[in-house]
Parts: sequence; C-alpha cells; structure tokens
Amino acid sequence: MKRILPILAATALIPAAALAAEGDQLTIVSWGGAYTNSQVKAYHEPYSEKTGTEIFNEDKSANALAGIRSQVEAGNVTWDVVDMLQADAQRACDEGLIMRIPHDEWLAPGPDGAKPTDDFIEGTLGECFVPQILYATMFAYNTDAFPDGGPKTVKDIWDLEKFPGTRALQKIPQKNLEWALIADGVPADEVYDVLETREGQDRAFAKLDEIKDNVIWWSEGAQPPQMLADEEAVIATAYNGRIFNAQVNEDQPFKIMWDHQMFEVDGWVVPVDQGDDNLKLIKDYLYFATDTQRLADQAKYISYAPARKSSVPEVGMLEGTEIDMKPHMPTNPENFKTAVQFNTEFWADYGDQLEERFNAWLAQ
Amino acid sequence: MALPTYAGTGERVWYYTYRVICALIFLFLIGPIIVIVPLSFNAEPYFTFTKQMLSFNPQGYSLRWYEALLSSEEWLHSIRNSFFIATSSAIVSTTLGTLAALGLSRRNMPYRAFITAVLISPMIVPLIITAAALFSFYARLNLANTFFSIIMAHVVLGTPFVVITVTASLSGFDQQLVRASQSLGANQVTTFFKIILPLLLPGVIAGALFAFITSLDEVVVVLFLAGPEQTPMTVRMFSGLREEISPTILALATILVGISILLLSTMELLRRSSERQRGMTPG
Amino acid sequence: MADITADGYSPARDEEDEAQDKALTTADGTPLKISLRRSQARQRRRAFYLVAPLLAFLVVTFGWPIAQMTFRSIHNPEVANYLPETSAAIADWSGDDVPDEEVFAAMARDMKTGVEDRTIGRAAARINREIPGARSLVMSTARDVEEMSPPYRDAFLAEDEDWADLEFWRLIKRETRILTPAYYLLALDFEYNTRGEIVERPEVYQVYRLLFWRTAWMSMAITGLCILLGYPIAHLLATLPLRKSNLLMILVLLPFWTSLLVRTSAWIVLLQQQGVINDLLVWANIVGDDGRVRMIYNQIGTIIAMTHILLPFMILPLYSVMKTIPPSYMRAARSLGATQFTAFTKIYMPLTIPGLAAGVLLVFILAIGYYITPALVGGESGIFISNLIAQNMQGSSAQLKLASALATILLVAVLVFYWLFNKLIGVDRLKFG
Repeated sequence: MKRILPILAATALIPAAALAAEGDQLTIVSWGGAYTNSQVKAYHEPYSEKTGTEIFNEDKSANALAGIRSQVEAGNVTWDVVDMLQADAQRACDEGLIMRIPHDEWLAPGPDGAKPTDDFIEGTLGECFVPQILYATMFAYNTDAFPDGGPKTVKDIWDLEKFPGTRALQKIPQKNLEWALIADGVPADEVYDVLETREGQDRAFAKLDEIKDNVIWWSEGAQPPQMLADEEAVIATAYNGRIFNAQVNEDQPFKIMWDHQMFEVDGWVVPVDQGDDNLKLIKDYLYFATDTQRLADQAKYISYAPARKSSVPEVGMLEGTEIDMKPHMPTNPENFKTAVQFNTEFWADYGDQLEERFNAWLAQ
Repeated sequence: MALPTYAGTGERVWYYTYRVICALIFLFLIGPIIVIVPLSFNAEPYFTFTKQMLSFNPQGYSLRWYEALLSSEEWLHSIRNSFFIATSSAIVSTTLGTLAALGLSRRNMPYRAFITAVLISPMIVPLIITAAALFSFYARLNLANTFFSIIMAHVVLGTPFVVITVTASLSGFDQQLVRASQSLGANQVTTFFKIILPLLLPGVIAGALFAFITSLDEVVVVLFLAGPEQTPMTVRMFSGLREEISPTILALATILVGISILLLSTMELLRRSSERQRGMTPG
Repeated sequence: MADITADGYSPARDEEDEAQDKALTTADGTPLKISLRRSQARQRRRAFYLVAPLLAFLVVTFGWPIAQMTFRSIHNPEVANYLPETSAAIADWSGDDVPDEEVFAAMARDMKTGVEDRTIGRAAARINREIPGARSLVMSTARDVEEMSPPYRDAFLAEDEDWADLEFWRLIKRETRILTPAYYLLALDFEYNTRGEIVERPEVYQVYRLLFWRTAWMSMAITGLCILLGYPIAHLLATLPLRKSNLLMILVLLPFWTSLLVRTSAWIVLLQQQGVINDLLVWANIVGDDGRVRMIYNQIGTIIAMTHILLPFMILPLYSVMKTIPPSYMRAARSLGATQFTAFTKIYMPLTIPGLAAGVLLVFILAIGYYITPALVGGESGIFISNLIAQNMQGSSAQLKLASALATILLVAVLVFYWLFNKLIGVDRLKFG
C-alpha cells in the first residue's frame, strides 16, 4: 500500500487543480445540441468575452421543472438561468419556484427606446418568463424514403399504406394528441375543447393506437434528425431548427412539412433563492442576452424566430453562408398558414392527467 | 474431463456437442466486447462494419474517434473527474472496508451474520433507489452536485466489495503462522507487518481495485448527484448512447476494456502470489 | 490489529474449562469464570470497534437516506401546509352539501397568504393532480381574491360555479391528512374515489402492476437463461485441468470486469437494425435489406443484454461449488452401472444445488433492480419498474412521492430475497473471481 498511496494521491490532485474556480460563474441550463450551440455563439461567448464570466452549460431543460422543484424544495439552488418552455414556466411561476421578472426594469429597451413590454411579441411575456424565440414542432421526413413525394398533411402521416415506414414521435402527450385529433378530422380551433372531454381523450389515444406499432419515441431534440439520417425512421416530429440544421450543415435530404405546425415560445426563467451577488450577475446576463441584437444574432445559427419585434428585421443570413434565414422561420407567412398555437393554459391543467395516461398507454 | 476410453458412440457425440455448446456460450460472453474494438477504428461515422473494413483496406480504418475523444475538452474533463472520484472513493472504501473485514473475521464478533448482511446490502439495493435516496439526502444538506457527495456515495457502493474480498482472504488465514511467529520471538507489531499484512495485502488490493472499478463504472447515482463540473465519463456516455450515437463512445469503450484487462491481470497475479504465499499449489 | 494473535482458544474448550475449573481463580484472586467473561467481552468490543466506523458510515449515509425516502412516500403535507385555515374549517363539514361561509372565508384567507408568499400554486398543483382543471380554478380565483368582499361563499360562486363542486371539497377534506397511503394505492393502480373508498383506477391509467409483473417475469426469464448458459460453462471450468480452466475463466471474468455501459453499448452495436447481426443476416441472404429484424428497443433486447451482463454472477458461485465435488463420485456411479446421464442427474446435479441457489438468487435480486440496461435497450416494452421510478422523479409531471412509494415496494421485494439468500446460503459465502 505504501508504494501505491503517493501515486493515488498524485492522481487525486489533477482535477482538483483543474477545477479551481476563477472569477464569476453562471450555470445555464438549456436543451443541448444545436440549440445550446446557437446560444453559446449568440449570447454566451460575447458575454464571456465582455465580462470574463465563465459559463457552464447543463443540458437538462427536458427535466427543468422537476429539477428546479427539487432544488428549491431542498433549499439548494445551483442553477442560475434556465431555458424553459412557456407552459412549464407558467407552472413553476404559480408554484413560486422561479422569480417574478419586472421586464421593463431588468431588460434592455428596443433600439428605438421602446419599453421591453412593448417590444416583445404580444402574449409571449410571462410573469416569470423572458421569451427568446418562437419555434415550431412539426413533421419532417427523409426524401430518400419517398421518391414519389412525401406526406403533405397531418392526415397523410397516419396513412401507413401510402407512406409506409417508422415514425419517430416525441415521448410526451403534448402535440401528439392534438395532431391525432387533427388527423381524425377535428378542426384545429376546436382541438383543445375536444381534448378537455373524456371522449375526446379516448378518441385521440385511439387514433394514436393506429400507428403505435410503427412509432419509435424520442426524448431529446437531437434525436429525430439522427433517426431520420440513420433511417431508423422515415418521418419524425422535430423542432424546426434541428431539421434546418441537418439540412444545411449536414446536407441531409430532409424536408419539413409545415402543415399544422405547432408553435410555442421558449425563454429564460430564474429559479428563486439566488444570492444577492449572483442575482446581480444573472440580471446583467439577461439584460445582455435578450437585447435586440443578441436575439437577432441567434437566428444566424438556428432557424427560430426572435421574440422581439425589433429583432425581426435584423434577421439576416446564416452565419458564414448566403442562406437567407427568413423563409426558414416558423413565422414566415408561407409556413404559418395552418399553424396552431400550443395552448399552455390547457396543458397546465390537463398535463399531469394526460401524461399519466400517456405513460400508461406507452408501457402497455 | 477428458473423454474416458470406455465411452460409447453416443457419449462421444455428446462430448463434442457439449464442447461446441460451451464454445458458443463463450462466444456469447466475449464476442460483444471484442466486436467494439475494431469498430472504434471505423473511418466512417457508423456503428457497423463497412465494406472497406471487411476487406482489411487500411483506408477503412482510422484513429479519428480517438482523436475526437482525446481532443475534446469536455470528454477529457469528465474522464479526469471519473478517475478522481474513483481513486478517492477507493481509498476511503478500502480503509473502512478492511477495518470492518478484520473485525468480522474475529471469532468474537457479535451479531456477525446480521452485521455482514448490513455491510453488504449497498451491493444488492437497486441503484435507482440508492440514487433517489442519496440525492434528496445530499440536496437537503446543500451537498448535491459536489465531489464530496459523489465520493461518499461511491464509498457506500464500493465497501461491500472490499469487505467481501478481504474477508475471503482472511478466511484462508492460518493462525498457526501467527503463533509460529510469536513463538520464534517476534512481537505483535513485527508479526503484523511481517506475517499478517503480506498475507492480507493481495485481498486488500483486490478490494481496492473492485472499489475503484465500481466507482469508475457507476452511472445511476452520478446521473442524479453530478452537476456539470462533476460530470463523469459514464454520464456523458449514457446521454451519448441515448441521443447521438457516435463511434467516439466506442473509442472510449475500447479504452475501458483495456483498463479492465489491466485490472483483471493484476487480480490474477495477486491471486497467484497469494496462493504461493499460502503454500497452495499454483494453477 | 495485532490482536488477531490474542485469541488462541476455541469456544468449545472454554466452556469445558469453565465447567471443570469452577473453583479456580486467577493470580489476582478473581474467579476464572468472571475473568474469562471479561476478557471475552473485551474481545467482542474490540472486534466491534473495528467494524463500527463502516457501520456508522453506512447507517448515516445509506440507511438514513433510505429511511427518509420511505417516509416521504406517506407524507402528504401540501394541502395542510398551504391551506391551513381551510383544513381546520373543513374538518366539521359533512360532505353532503356545498360548504358554508366559514370554509369559504378560510379559503379566502389562505389564498391571500398563499398569493403573498407564492405558495398557493403548490396547493393548486396538488389538487390538480386529482381533479384536472382545479389549478386554474384556484389560481384565477386567487388572483381576484384581494378585491372580493364577504360573504366569500357568494363571491366565490359568482366568480366560478365550479366552487359548488362537492368532489373538489371532498378531495380537500381528504387531502388534509398529513400521512396518507394514497401513493401506495397509486403504486398498485388503486385510488380513492370521491367518497373516500378504495377503488381500482380506470384501466387506461393502470401501469404499475403490469410493470411489477413484467419486471418479475423478465427477471425470471433472465435467471432461467443464465442457468441454461451458466451451468455447462461452470461444469466445464470445474472439470477441466486447472491450467486450461484458468485460461477460460478469463473469458468469464473479463465481461464481469468490463463496464456495464461498455457491454450495453456493445449490444446496441450488435442488435440494432443497422447493426452487426442484421448486417450479417442481410449479407447471408437470410433476410432482405428491408426485412431487418428488430432485436433491440424491446423485451428481446433487454433480455439478451441483461443475460450477458448477469451471466458471470451465475457462473462464479456454480463454479466454486462444482470445484469441490470430487470426480470420483461420478466414476463410482458409473462403475456401479449408472449411465452417464443417470450419474449426472442423480449424483452430480443434487450436489450443485447450493451453488445453483446462490446463483439464482443473486441474478434475480440484481435483475429486478436494473435500470441502465433496460433504459438503453428496452424501448417501451422492455423497461422495468426502476425505469418508472426514474421517470416519476423527472419530467414536468414528476411525482416524487409516487416514485418513493414504488421504490419502497421494490426495496421490500429485494430485501425479502436478500433475507432468503442469507438464510439459505449466507452472505459471507459471497466471493468474486
């Protein structure tokens, strides 16, 4: 043992030295992959350059609500800024898990001096929520799989004869149930009313049953493009930015089907119980990262629409290319014709129940 | 188990069938581990053999995934974390476990069976339960996402192995040697260092290696306890396997197989040396 | 540590001496019996002191956290904590009619406090789990409660007629209990109905009994496969000459020493649709390129990968028992006229039962708690109860208490088998390599 100990001790010292803290640090929780990358390029790197703050990225947004809840309950909040969906942010805010944000006080005004509350697109600001982007979830497919043309409507997705092959869907009830009803002939503006009733829920699950044997499930946003590329699936639901990324950066033969795209807002929240110094740093970061220029910059790296009105005209080319980003935005009129807004209020009320039923349905 | 000379035809057939079955089972055991090694040198980002690889065309092979692994700051950081956690927790588990094994091996140990069962229990309690319980426990103490809590958790998981191996090496311990040493005039301290420790050492080192590898391989507890600064390689591998499968993971897996072979050989050498010391016939 | 040398007696001898030498005393005049007992007590204490540090460490950092988790599974403080006045006021309510002003006024006061310190959403979230939509009822009324004036009963009913829903109030009354078996009911697919009776959950929500059952049968299948594959190998290793068997033993020990993740990723590589085995099948023209077999992300994947991972735990105990069976037994049986088959089944196999029992229990105990491998190769149909525990700890609909209840049930099952293992085999007989 005598001879081994010094060696062990030496090994033990390496990471301790490597991890020595220097200066300010922020732990930012987001979705990982191309999305985190766009935030790193548009927000984190310029901010670190400007202030010397070290930023740690944690890819845990998929479990952000549970994560914040357990951190707050335990009285041990380690996350500084968290990227969250508006629906989850609403619940977290109701439960007092995240800070109320006085937008006009914390955030940068528009370039023309417009108050932030006027500059952000209507309906996107939340009591505890600073929106960054509007993004769409929609179906996309590998064109190699459909030489005679791919599906055009949500109804086509359910047509296993005309469009055979595996579908990759997200492992949550949200959006899948809506599309199931739309495929079953429910008009888009009645979907949520139908889904409130027991009969409507039965109907949606019955419709999902029709394709269940041909579905594989994904849980991280990076997976669907991967599944399409590996031909594990021929059609997949995905975030529009991820598909765009695969089309442009990896030259994948993917096509987006914009029919009944479901759009929602994604943005920042701040968990409660932050120390004073830390809160100062967080506010400083948020002021910087959500100003007009930064939000427009993010669209250089990923095809999500900035949540500030003043950022929209600033959207230009994809970084390092001649590709105009505007037609790839979910808000582009051409893509937006049949768009459905994701109903955060409905899911705050029915989410628990439907998730439970969905998980039971999956396991059966 | 050689075929006896009086074996009939039926027995001969069965004898060879049995050998073939055993060979197939060995293939099942070792095949999967062997298969990942060549795939980690794949020049293409695929998880399967390409035509070029099968025709042994050197162009089909490359070190690009090893380069990707070793040039990634994130991977290196998490590999360092893993070794730091494994080394620290192995030291603590070996100390605590060896002491306990010395106590358990004494004839006068009260409630031996029950206490042994308690000390071994971390090995059989499902990891997800341990992880859930430890996460809330350390979170309440403001210690989740620290190296301290991860190391402590891995000490819990590693000690059963130390207790088992050291107890096993003590069970073959011949008390006569001690008495012989003392009757020849050695005092207790001399006896301990000259007689007991050398005989015990192979068991202790084996236990330490077990504790080390247990921590190095552990995924579930760190999945809950580790923050971004502590992320060990297993967590990165786990999320890699769930999201984007890239041969980088196979490169790391190959390195880990290499480490396993190294540890296994060390264990084998230890076993032989301890058998020789005890005067048992070596294999 | 040097005390190992001190114990030179055997217990049987001690008792004998004691009985014979009742009158004997030690040099200082103490009766030998007492002196002996003292010295034995001292030795027991010394032995215990050596174990004490680890035991204390485990009690604090392992036993206690698990006990806390178990407690959490029956702890239900949300309504009592966040609606304290309502909880007190509703105690006398009969449950047959819309509660009176007293209860509504208490609710209004609770809401004002709850809005102030931002806890009202937690109570609302708890109620919403049972009655979907109750969240927005509570939250929207809470937002307006500051402007309301008594009588609150009328004000609430004017705000939303759902406040007359008896189901809602009955739920509140039931939820005021701080300790509840409700999460255990959920964990077994039962629930309380509005009258507080225990009923089965609607079929579309039932999943946990199915999963417990699946975990059990798949673990049994895996254990069975391990016997099938492990027995011949252990037999071969035990009967070959030591030099050869040591060499082959490496083939068993290497997987045992290889990381679980490495082995699981190896199986992904082999089994996936674009993987090695499917490529081989396509190449050998056994299946077409579009007819690739699905061997992973389902129950088959979990069973194959877990059998591989747990096989050494079957082989090693079997081997250590088989090694002690003298080959002369078989030869004796043969020379007495038994066929190879009879000799094997009547003489050899019964002797291996202790090793078999150890292997079976070990593999089964480890299998029912598995998480990583089913999560990676099990898809939806091949996941275990552990995966649902993890799922209930994460996600936006996390139910930590349900997860705790599920974990406690699983833990009890594991401990029962562990107890059995101890009873039959003895945990001190566990060895590796």
